[in-house]
Amino acid sequence: MEMPTPNATVLARKARLVERLQRVLPEDAVIHDEAETRAYECDALTAYKCPPMLAVLPASTQEVSDVLRICHEEGVPVVPRGSGTSLAGGALPTADCVILGVARMNDVLETDYANRIIRVQSGRTNLSVTGVVEEEDFFYAPDPSSQLACAIAGNVAMNSGGAHCLKYGVTTNNLLGVTMVMMDGTVVEIGGAHLDAGGLDLLGVICGSEGQLGVVTEATLRILRKPEGARPVLIAFDDNEVAGHCVSDIIKSGILPVAIEFMDTLCIQACENFAKAGYPDCHALLIVEVEGSEAEIDYQLSKIVEIAKRHNPVELRESQSADESAKIWLGRKSAFGAMGQMNDYMCLDGTIPVSSLPMVLRRIGELSEQYGLPVGNVFHAGDGNMHPLILFDANKPGDLELCEEFGAEILKLCVDAGGCLTGEHGVGVEKRDLMLHQYTAEDLEAQMAVKDVFDPAWLLNPAKVFPLSVTEARREAKIAAE
Amino acid sequence: MRPETEGQLAEIVAGLSEPVRIVGGGTRGVAGPGTELSVAGLSGIELYEPGALTLVAKAGTPVAEIEAALATEGQRLAFEPMDHRGLMGTDGAPTIGGVVAANISGPRRVQAGACRDFLLGVRYVDGMGQVIKNGGRVMKNVTGYDLVKLMAGSWGTLGVLTEVSLKVLPMAEAEETLLVAVDGTAQAVEAMSAALGSPFEVSGAAYDPGAGHVLLRVEGFAGSVAYRVEQLRGVVGGFGPVSMADNSAGLWRSIRDVTAFHGQDGDVWRISVKPSDAPALASQLGADGLLFDWGGGLIWALVPAGTDLRTKMGDVSGHMTLVRGAGQAKFQPEPAPVALISAQLRQRFDPRGLFNPGLMG
Repeated sequence: MEMPTPNATVLARKARLVERLQRVLPEDAVIHDEAETRAYECDALTAYKCPPMLAVLPASTQEVSDVLRICHEEGVPVVPRGSGTSLAGGALPTADCVILGVARMNDVLETDYANRIIRVQSGRTNLSVTGVVEEEDFFYAPDPSSQLACAIAGNVAMNSGGAHCLKYGVTTNNLLGVTMVMMDGTVVEIGGAHLDAGGLDLLGVICGSEGQLGVVTEATLRILRKPEGARPVLIAFDDNEVAGHCVSDIIKSGILPVAIEFMDTLCIQACENFAKAGYPDCHALLIVEVEGSEAEIDYQLSKIVEIAKRHNPVELRESQSADESAKIWLGRKSAFGAMGQMNDYMCLDGTIPVSSLPMVLRRIGELSEQYGLPVGNVFHAGDGNMHPLILFDANKPGDLELCEEFGAEILKLCVDAGGCLTGEHGVGVEKRDLMLHQYTAEDLEAQMAVKDVFDPAWLLNPAKVFPLSVTEARREAKIAAE
Repeated sequence: MRPETEGQLAEIVAGLSEPVRIVGGGTRGVAGPGTELSVAGLSGIELYEPGALTLVAKAGTPVAEIEAALATEGQRLAFEPMDHRGLMGTDGAPTIGGVVAANISGPRRVQAGACRDFLLGVRYVDGMGQVIKNGGRVMKNVTGYDLVKLMAGSWGTLGVLTEVSLKVLPMAEAEETLLVAVDGTAQAVEAMSAALGSPFEVSGAAYDPGAGHVLLRVEGFAGSVAYRVEQLRGVVGGFGPVSMADNSAGLWRSIRDVTAFHGQDGDVWRISVKPSDAPALASQLGADGLLFDWGGGLIWALVPAGTDLRTKMGDVSGHMTLVRGAGQAKFQPEPAPVALISAQLRQRFDPRGLFNPGLMG
């Protein structure tokens, strides 16, 4: 992964920077020892590593503001970091950067059931937000797979999704307001406990901006009352295309399942070997989950079963109990682990129109043969968010590069089919250089204009989202200005 | 000026030397200086995939045409866009571009989300006359910055929309509305909060002070609706006598379109606050008419022309929009650092200040 050359002027300021930061933060919140900064050298995209110059762990909005103001004055790049679970390298450091970790900011500031909101500091983990309101039978809807570990700060930065967003939407649909610190230290309040923006929808563009517009320190989130119950049905087919048609027919029928998950042959076998979930021997597996009271669930599942039967499934397994539900989900939830046991893997997350599913799966199969690397497909079928997992051997010279090349082909295929490069993981460094396949230079210029407004010196989360070739002029102008 | 294609529109904008007032159907009462630039000529549904719940249409496509196409497949725009004609005293055909540009959402916003939550992609012409696209036509997309949300509700001030891509949802098989007789706004908001905080998926929660009742809508499959209505009776029964409305769809259309204020003199304000702040704020507005939607989070107020309602806001956070009336800022003034960001964004998207100048600040 090509990264900009570290700025020697910035590196030379390290001692002064440490001294200035130590004046505004507790001693243990400024990490400058090389052995310790190494802990921040990568996120969940572990193929790329680079220790930062420094790491800081502020505990309040004021401390974040102090840190950013100082870094702004010293011209030092800042990489914000939630829990470091990005699969796209969204928190990958540069050698001349300060990592700003929000892990110490994890307080719950306000819980308000009457108005159905919770306000938290952004370092709080996704699952622990639900943990706070669970006793009143409420929950926070977006549920990325990493929800046990991932922070709300990262969820906001990447506009994280999850398996249940067909019904509940992604982060941006559940975020009502933020307290954000701009790169120069200015603290702004955007949105709040009320709905919608009174002017331009700045919250909408902040969410998903991958930490490049500001550092979100507090968030007001929508919480929902838990449904009375939920149950899945497992539907097995011997053909991907038929499974795709079944998904489309379910959606057209007027039922809105809370999740429709899809797994292909390789994934099914891997999960079966790994988790012994009792999956049937088939080529395409759907897990469709619905919510409501027992009677409502029965009714919806009966309609889904009726639709599925028209497509001659190999097997239909309607869950009758919590145990059976857990078993149906067990394989799906261990899919990544199961694939990981087979080999190293790279997980993609392009999105496609549901109608192009058969074509895209066929083409991925052809590319897999061509590159000689196996691919398992597991994805959120209701919304077209694919997760092809390419298996490779990290110890075999050239295999990672081959895998990356293959991955890029798949993502381009998603775009060409009318979809996009990333549905929920974000661009980060991983897909940065593919952006010109989806957007024109003018389209990217419009996005970069937003960055110019929020962070004129381009110090926040550098070298992410936009191809280096496209940001070159801005980076050179910055160096020239110093 | 009434271009027929995106290319013609881009050419017109590139050649502009004076500000324009961007108009779709002209039903939402956008006033301002400049020649009218109509987008109505860019019309037609370009793609509709019921099985993928997505529809792409040119910005000037009449909302009625889109709703008719969706109805043939048993689908709809779930955010329930308001029709402003009765309130504003306008005629013409509301366009989808206008709905998006103004982020128009109706009663179902409280459950299903706003227009901006259903907007998957946009194409627009910026102030330099360039055609820009953002987002796409798939439901999950985090590729680059989300200018889609920024364009929704920007009232044309950042660019002229040429095409929008929307997520649509199935129509409900059945709907019912419970009427709860309540004693005052505070009790009404409590009843609505209780209903919205229940697991019974209330898709509309409004309070009509004139009628003295709270309206709670339940939609879905017939059996499920019947079940949830019974459960909700238990949830809200303690607030007052509960009865069933006999014209649910009609009632919600009149709440959506604020029919109570049609033909009445005075300014109309739309106020977004935290629901529990609504009762105290509403009592201080000196309004001639009030209507509460979104569980109390949206207040419609009819006040004597020229009233500066924003002085009544006090410490309450939220925003007030002057929907009908003149002589005051239409949109809530923003705190200085936020106003600066907004102004700079407008400057970058429309450096020559061509699009609806002054409308948003």
